[in-house]
Amino acid sequence: MQELANIFIKSIFIDNMVFAYFLGMCSYLAISKTVKTSVGMGAAVIFVLGITIPFNYLLEKYILKEGALVWISNDFIDVDLSFLSFIMFIAVIASIVQLVEMVIEKFSPSLYSSLGIFLPLIAVNCAILGGSLFMQERGYTSIVEATVFGLGSGVGWFLAIVGIAAIREKIRYSNVPPALRGLGITYIITGLMGIAFMSFMGIKL
Amino acid sequence: MSKNSFLSKKNKMLLSDPLDDNNPITVQVLGICSALAITVQLKPAVVMALSVLVVLSVANVVVSLMRKMIPSRIRIIVFLVVIATLVILVDQVLKAFVYDVSKELSVFVGLIITNCIICGRLEAFAMANPPGKAFLDGLGNSFGYGIILIIVAFFRELLGAGTLFGYPVLEKLGVYDLGYENNGMMILPPMALVTVGVLIWWQRARNEKLIENE
Repeated sequence: MQELANIFIKSIFIDNMVFAYFLGMCSYLAISKTVKTSVGMGAAVIFVLGITIPFNYLLEKYILKEGALVWISNDFIDVDLSFLSFIMFIAVIASIVQLVEMVIEKFSPSLYSSLGIFLPLIAVNCAILGGSLFMQERGYTSIVEATVFGLGSGVGWFLAIVGIAAIREKIRYSNVPPALRGLGITYIITGLMGIAFMSFMGIKL
Repeated sequence: MSKNSFLSKKNKMLLSDPLDDNNPITVQVLGICSALAITVQLKPAVVMALSVLVVLSVANVVVSLMRKMIPSRIRIIVFLVVIATLVILVDQVLKAFVYDVSKELSVFVGLIITNCIICGRLEAFAMANPPGKAFLDGLGNSFGYGIILIIVAFFRELLGAGTLFGYPVLEKLGVYDLGYENNGMMILPPMALVTVGVLIWWQRARNEKLIENE
């Protein structure tokens, strides 16, 4: 249990998707103009990461990893399909996103109207594919750990985008040098937020 | 297509525009994730820029050849399949020939798939233009991407570690004897953001039509 809590905290604060690895920066910059839309986008990311990472974990464990196919027959002990992981992961992500979109549309129109427009964007959000690739690289030992890692990364991304959106809403009242307005100042503020988040780096979990 | 029309003024614009006025990173806001993460040193930045060059120009041509056959509803999936196939090829080549750099780039080679610069150009350009033009657009945009990568990596490696391509430039110049110290901050992730922010500032101060009015 403590192990899981550690993974959760670590993926939110120490290995934050945005500040430590710059994943999902494109949508982070494009959608952070108001707090309301960024909450929607952040929630959609938590949701999709929480679903795709366990799926890709199973894929990795039972199909792609070297010797993963032994559950079919011992002849496959030397088969290593990991070079296919990019295309398999992205296919899983794209189809799950499509599926989730259809399910939400059918069962919860109100959730669909708030999350719906963001879901297609998420298929090409690098935070999602990045999450799966990090999961593969770090070798989590059980599906529960992988799910917790996915949710934690999503929450970290959510915090980052809501934080920057709140700052951007306020900065509209300040006198920023014209050439720095918009994109430039957003980068620099993100950098400063990143420095703040670095203070978590010393924590050993 | 005769050679003359291929290098017409309009086609030259396709190559030169993304270098400055329509730069993918600083103006179109595409492909930022990878640009920031792998610019600690020049070598991985150059390798990354070359990989994107290959993937983007080939994907642009392939999608442009198929543009009349792709149903618009499933075009994103088609894009992803084309890109993912190319990225697997690039990844295998990198692993075979420059293994150490490939290890350093870790997940970011795979993330070329979701690099929005590629999806963005396929969607905005390759779906509506013939292969020749699409190829030029791919080249132009990858140069625009590469140039920012190399500028950022140049400053981060020089100021952060005092080297260029691993060669200890500052030590040979004898700057350390004057009491200069490396700025370790430059190597850490947040300074990549600040470096790009300053780059954008400089570009917009020089080119006023790019200034945003919020």
